[in-house]
Formats: sequence, structure tokens, C-alpha cells
Amino acid sequence: MSETATASKSGAVEALRQRAYKIRRHALRMGEVQGQGYVGQALGVADVLAVSYFRALRLDPKNPEWEERDRFLLSIGHYAIALYAALIEAGVIAEEEIEDYGSDDSILPMSGMAGYTPGMEITGGSLGHGLGIGVGMALGLKRKESASRIFNLLSDGELNEGSTWEAVASAAHWKLDNLIAIVDVNDQQADDKSSTVLNYEPIADKWTAFGWETYRVNGNDLEALIDAFDSAMESSSDKPRVIICDTLMGRGVPFLETRDKTHFIRVDEDEWSVALKQLDEVYGVQ
Amino acid sequence: MSAKKKLKTSAMIASIADEGTPTTSAPFGHALVEAAEKNPKIVGMTADLGKYTDLHIFERAFPDRYYQMGMAEQLLMMAGAGMAREGFIPFVTTYSVFASRRAYDFICLAIAEEKLNVKIISALPGLTTGYGPSHQATEDVAIFRGMPNLTIIDPCDAVDIEQSVQAMVDFDGPVYLRLLRGKVPRVLDRFEGYRFEIGKAKRLIDGKDALIISSGLMTTRAIEASDQMKEKGVEVGVMHCATIKPLDNEAILEEVRRHPDRPVFVAENHSVVGGLGESIASLLMKEGVAVTFRQIGLPDEFLGAGALPTLHDLYGISTNEVVKTLEQYVSSDEEIMPTI
Repeated sequence: MSETATASKSGAVEALRQRAYKIRRHALRMGEVQGQGYVGQALGVADVLAVSYFRALRLDPKNPEWEERDRFLLSIGHYAIALYAALIEAGVIAEEEIEDYGSDDSILPMSGMAGYTPGMEITGGSLGHGLGIGVGMALGLKRKESASRIFNLLSDGELNEGSTWEAVASAAHWKLDNLIAIVDVNDQQADDKSSTVLNYEPIADKWTAFGWETYRVNGNDLEALIDAFDSAMESSSDKPRVIICDTLMGRGVPFLETRDKTHFIRVDEDEWSVALKQLDEVYGVQ
Repeated sequence: MSAKKKLKTSAMIASIADEGTPTTSAPFGHALVEAAEKNPKIVGMTADLGKYTDLHIFERAFPDRYYQMGMAEQLLMMAGAGMAREGFIPFVTTYSVFASRRAYDFICLAIAEEKLNVKIISALPGLTTGYGPSHQATEDVAIFRGMPNLTIIDPCDAVDIEQSVQAMVDFDGPVYLRLLRGKVPRVLDRFEGYRFEIGKAKRLIDGKDALIISSGLMTTRAIEASDQMKEKGVEVGVMHCATIKPLDNEAILEEVRRHPDRPVFVAENHSVVGGLGESIASLLMKEGVAVTFRQIGLPDEFLGAGALPTLHDLYGISTNEVVKTLEQYVSSDEEIMPTI
């Protein structure tokens, strides 16, 4: 890599680091409003969303339904808090909506639904739907000869659902090179660790065997994420691509990183301000 | 013991037409081709049942608009939702059992919750195959009636199917249609001016002695039964209710009230639980309409295998059995007989 390219990449990393910080901060503030929320997942996936929204996706924040946009499908409806944070940071949703998160009449319900929120493409939450919808949309985009792409964020838990694998097989069969799946592997499901509930490792080998171009990276390493996203988007292969991201729940807030992991990380009432303070310290913001 | 010849199992491609009834081959496939010639947004998708849902006719005409999604009904519904999101009008085909039992969550959340413009065309509704419960969708309407936003159509014959295709194209929203495939009876031609309309029940035959409200292939049986009763001097009216949801409350109430002393029979190719019969019973009760009311439908049990004529007799939905049921309640001197 040339010195210029190195400098450019390091600039990109720093810019994305700031975006990831802000995404984490927006998510924590929403959690504070509601006194609960899937902040563990949001903190874990913030770097993936920063790279998605501020490097990979083509979008017009003022026109979330722009026909030529890339479509970002959130299968995992409970990650809505994370996506809202990214959409706020991207300027699709106004920041003041944070104050109403999860409240009556809010445009930010706790589980993501297409009818409520600008930029929320599909109704998630019943896991195992997103990738199949993505297959249909990717086929539709090809029919329209559109250059838009489909991104679908899944979780490792969602790989338990058989319908996900119907879609995995189909995407490869139809050579959907306009479809990029992102799997957040935080090794945590509702009842226990993913590897204990239903072990899907080696995850990457399975996607590869189904005919996908497969990447696996540390999902909290921005440089690695940039490389994986860039390669996936620049590849001339006719295969669909999957970027498997190993992430740490609670990332960026030290006391949550080390807290016992559950699907729904407990944060006590007086801890929200501590979490925000710790996050600021981690990012060197006073 | 008599040496009566046993009939053979009715397979997937068995015609439900009674002997002598005129038929049309693959009306859905041909009608879809005709609609697709005018509307480039129409695409066809199937889960390895193109040939068994008459979609192969569409495939032949528009190979590049045909999507074979494999034997994966969940995916079929999700991909249909995705196609609709991109502005297309997907006609997705499978069997009624698989659409209702296997793919329910995907129709519910991916399609109906977002009112997406997906047309679900399902073959083998009710008791139209002799393969037994794995293929007999005797409870599909009961399953789908509880799903908000979903329109449910149960066409009677080839005329209904042909007209319903264009009606579905013109209608913006998800539809579940119970398809009769292969050689489909053609009986509505004789009713001049008949027009299929989504959401409308239509009086086909006026009759002062009894009323049958029916959907699907049972409308054919109701017409035949009415004809036979007429020869016996009994006038049996027939109202065809091709849209099961939303129900045409207004037309049904008006028809029932026109002759309030008539016994009302609801005939459906479906379980007596949760289908058209209970839907109409609920309407009449809510509106305070008290009439003699009986259901002609399939029993609440897993049904047997074998030949369709045998099974239709056994479970009371053949024309002969409909006539027998009517005769229990209505006689030629217009007396209503004591009921069960």
C-alpha cells in the first residue's frame, strides 16, 4: 500500500471511529430514556453499522425512499435501537426522536417495523425473514437493471432458523452478486450462548459451501471491516457475499463489556450516566 | 358382498369436474398470460409446483418472468414480498396445505402486515385430492381468516378464475386464492351477466324454498343440487360468495332477509370449523337474523385417502349428498321438516 493510500485509510478509520462513537452514544441515550433496551447488541454492532452507513451504502438522508439507494434490511428487529442510532447519525431520523424512543406514538418502537420509521426497510423481529426478502428484492433489482444493492444484517442466532438457509441456497443459485449479508456473531441468544443453544460453527465454512463469497472479520476492528466491505463490494465474482463479524456485546463501555452476557444486558437506573461517561472516556471525549 | 369395483386414488392432477360438465384446461395459467401481456410488472414464482398449479403455461409464454424458487415455501413467500417491494406483482404458487400450514408466518409478517401486492395462488384447496391429510387443505380458510389485510378468494370454476386474475391485478394488496387446476369445470357461463368482483357475493339462482350460500367448487354442487330439486318442485336459491374475506355482509343479509322463512345452508369445500359457514353464522347472529341454519362442509377430522367421488360422498359434499341434506329440511309441499 502506498503512503497516500495508508494516510487515506487512516483518515477513513478515524472518521468512522467518530461515527461509531456517536452511534454508541445515541443508542445509550435511547436506552436511558426507556430504562431498557438492547444496548449490548447496539454497542457491539456499532462499528459494523458505521462502516455500512458511512462507507458502503449509497443513500440520500433527505429521501430515504430514493429509488437508487442501497437497501439495508434489518432482520433482527430487536437491533432496531442500533439501526435508529445509525439512521440518526446519518441524518435520516432527527436526533430529538431519541427522547421518545419506545414511548407511545414514537416513530422508534422497540422492535423495528417498516411502517413506523424512515429508513427501516422491512419489518423484522420474526427471525429468518430478512434474507429471503432480500433475495426477492435482489431479483427484482436485477429485473429492473438497477445498480442498487441489498444489505441484510442478520445475527448468529438467526442462523438457527431454517428459512435463513432456504434463502442462503437461493441467493447462490440465482448468483445474486447484488446481495451482501452481514452476520453479527456475538455468540449470544435468548437462552444462552449461541454455541451452546445450537452450534453453527464453523459458520464461514457453511456459507462458503452454499456458494457464497465469504469474509470473516473482527467486527469491532474498523480497519478489518473496511477491508472486508471494500473487497465484498469491489469483487467481480458472481456470488452473493457474506461478511461474518465477530463482535463483543457492550463494546465501548468497559463495565458492560465485562458484565455477564445475556440477551438483554441489565443496566440499572443509575448506571446509564456512568455508561455514557465511560464511553466518552474511551473515545477521549471530555 | 357385492363385487362393486373400487375406484382408484384421485391424484394431484385429478379433475373435480363431474361427468358431462364442460371444462376448460388450465384457466389460471392462460388468464395470467393474457394479463401479463398487458402488464409487464406481473411475474410468476413457484416452489417446485409450476406444472401442478398451471403456472407452466406462464413459464412457456414468459420464461424470463418466471422464477422457480425450489421446494421452499417460506422462501417463496419472502421472495414474493421482496419482488413486490421492488414494484412487481408476483403471483406465487404452491399447494394450499403448504401456503397455510408451512408458510404462515412468512405470509403474515413479510406480506400481509405490510399490505404487499403479492397474489398467493394455491392449488388443492379443501378435499380435492385423494392423497390424505398431507395434501388436503381442509382448514386453510380457518387458518387465514384471522390474518389481517389478507383477501381470501374461493372461485367456483374456470369463468371465476379467468375473471379473478385480472381483478387481482387491478387490486392493490395481498390475496390468497384457492385454485382449481387442470381441467376445471365451466358452469357460470349460463348465468348471463355474471361478473366476478372481489368482495362481492352474487345471487345466481332465485328460489323461495331454501337458500344455499356457497363458495369454491361447492357452488357448482349447489347449482346442480338446485337443478335437481327444481325437478322435484322445490326452489332452492344459490348465492355464490367467491370472496370469503372480506365478506359481502350487505348482499348476504339482503338475500337472507328477502325470504326470511327459508332455511339457509352454507356449502363449502372446507372444514365446518372456521370457514365460510361460521363466518356467515357469526354475521347472522350479530345482525339478529334468526333462520334455520345448516352447514354443508367437511367434518372436523383428518380425512381419508382414495377416490374423490367416494370421498365427496362419504363426507357429504357431492351433489347427491347435498341434495340429500336439502331434502332433510325442505319438502315439495314447502313444509320445513323437523331437524336433527
